[in-house]
Amino acid sequence: MRTLLARLGWPGTISLLFIALMCLGALFAAGLSPYPDQGAGTPNIMNKLTGPDLQYWFGTDHLGRDLLSRVLHGGQVSITTGLTVVIAALLIGTPIGIIAGYSGGWVDETLMRITDIFLAFPALLLAVLMAAALGAGMLNCILAVAVTWWPWYARLARAEVLVLRNQPYVETARLMGVSPPRILFRHILPATFKPLGVQAALDFGPALLTASALSFLGLGVRPPTADWGQIVNDGRIYFPERWWVVVAPGMAIFLMALAFSVLGDAIRNANREKDDSND
Amino acid sequence: MSFAEYLLRRLVLSGFVVFGVAFLIFLVSQVVPSDPASLYAGPRPTADQIEAARATLRLNDPIIVRFATFVSDMATGDFGISYRTRRAISQDLQVFLPATLELAFLSTLMALLIGVPLGVLAAARQGRAADRVLSFSSVAAVAMPTFFLAMILQAVFAQWLNVLPLSGRLSQQFALFDSFEQVTGFYTIDALLAGNIAGFFDAARHLILPALTLAAYPAGVAMRLTRSAMIDILSRRHITAARALGLSERKVLFGHALPNAMAPALTIVGLSFAFALTGAVLVEIIFAWPGLGRYIFEAVLSKDFPVIAATAFVVSLCYVLMNLAIDLIQALIDPRITVS
Repeated sequence: MRTLLARLGWPGTISLLFIALMCLGALFAAGLSPYPDQGAGTPNIMNKLTGPDLQYWFGTDHLGRDLLSRVLHGGQVSITTGLTVVIAALLIGTPIGIIAGYSGGWVDETLMRITDIFLAFPALLLAVLMAAALGAGMLNCILAVAVTWWPWYARLARAEVLVLRNQPYVETARLMGVSPPRILFRHILPATFKPLGVQAALDFGPALLTASALSFLGLGVRPPTADWGQIVNDGRIYFPERWWVVVAPGMAIFLMALAFSVLGDAIRNANREKDDSND
Repeated sequence: MSFAEYLLRRLVLSGFVVFGVAFLIFLVSQVVPSDPASLYAGPRPTADQIEAARATLRLNDPIIVRFATFVSDMATGDFGISYRTRRAISQDLQVFLPATLELAFLSTLMALLIGVPLGVLAAARQGRAADRVLSFSSVAAVAMPTFFLAMILQAVFAQWLNVLPLSGRLSQQFALFDSFEQVTGFYTIDALLAGNIAGFFDAARHLILPALTLAAYPAGVAMRLTRSAMIDILSRRHITAARALGLSERKVLFGHALPNAMAPALTIVGLSFAFALTGAVLVEIIFAWPGLGRYIFEAVLSKDFPVIAATAFVVSLCYVLMNLAIDLIQALIDPRITVS
């Protein structure tokens, strides 16, 4: 444990701690929130738009709801969305990339040209298009962002496989008569986990940003449930006079994306150092 | 592969991708749960009106025929009319496309002008305090939600310091009296063409905040890429030789290292342009910028699918063309690319 943290360095360690805290906060939002019912969406109109004070640390929103409780509850949706997007994109993209890379020929060409089409859309645009067609809602929002994300993993997985399939151990397996599916799943797939995993860690931040942008546009979860992007959207018309309505959720998105990006870099550097010392 | 062959291959592939984009947009528009005919027929339509709308929109045609019509419409630039406003979409696009492109070009320029020099500076001060601060800022710029940054910039520069306009493309005194003719749709260029200097500065002042918002993310990436490219180059022998010859550090950095570290610059242009096209949705809403982003967002709210489809197609087309141009320029600069 100590060596792990030492390898991450202090920026990575702080980020890891921050991410752990935010996840715990979201997981136990009902218990940790000062006003759990307001966090879940019950209005408290008597105290609307009060600034940060001892009672409401981050102030209250336009319906008087405690923003600390709202942000903790919103974290459940935002963090889940970010993680699910990356996982869904991995599950769609990796098999396509592996099959394309291993088969080569027309299969490779076809799959990669399909991938190109998805990459010809700027990401948020395709997500908006999908969300517009599917309607608002958390699941649709996840689907909309995942659709824009998988091509990157398909390309990465394909590139990995192109290198791996000529490795001596894979050649050996092929010569021993191991069936192609078995080579793919037993010998090639596990070797792609590390590069794809690092990329996935680095992608959580951008995925969170894209999903937040969708819900900022009102294409995410439906009220009274809210994620961070939705809370910023709710507070937009009161900004900057009542700046706190936007600062708490906005900072939550920013810090979470920042922490994941710093952590991802730290993991990548630690891996690189380890690889270097092995050489 | 010769350059001509490479050009041909890239053109064919781009054409294929554009066709695929049209297919995907058509596919998505088929799964919309709302009935286009009842949207087209207006509020509270009767059964007859809906039936008439179905006929007008040719919704009763087989799906293959409709797709063929859709593709030929997109290819000829006949995007139909908006369900909501009943205006011709191609006319709307003529107004909104330049507004978005003006923003996208300026933000790309800003990203390069901010990101590249700061990347050079970070590389020159590698490992020291300035490098740490700059590297952290580049990560922070990438992690910043665009809409949050837009609101912060708006609050600081427009409302508290009151040095830049809050929103829109022009101040009222210029917007109300059509003070210059619109030739290109780029207000800064149109004002200059008309010799209206005050109008030019007004349009430019309106551009700064939204363009800066869109430049933050690509500038962060540009800084990072330039820094690592510079660090790589600074360790090479010709740099050591230049230093040994007693050249000033500035000449070494900008005269000998930077030109060789400019390989990522084109990548940054592409990335920045793409980011500006998508970020436009967020930034144009916040800054009340009458461009494609706001156009598509309003269409999404009212489920105005012809507008959504046309805008998505045009934006993707811009994106594909830009990527094509970048690939070709890259191949011209570096002939090795055409080999692989």
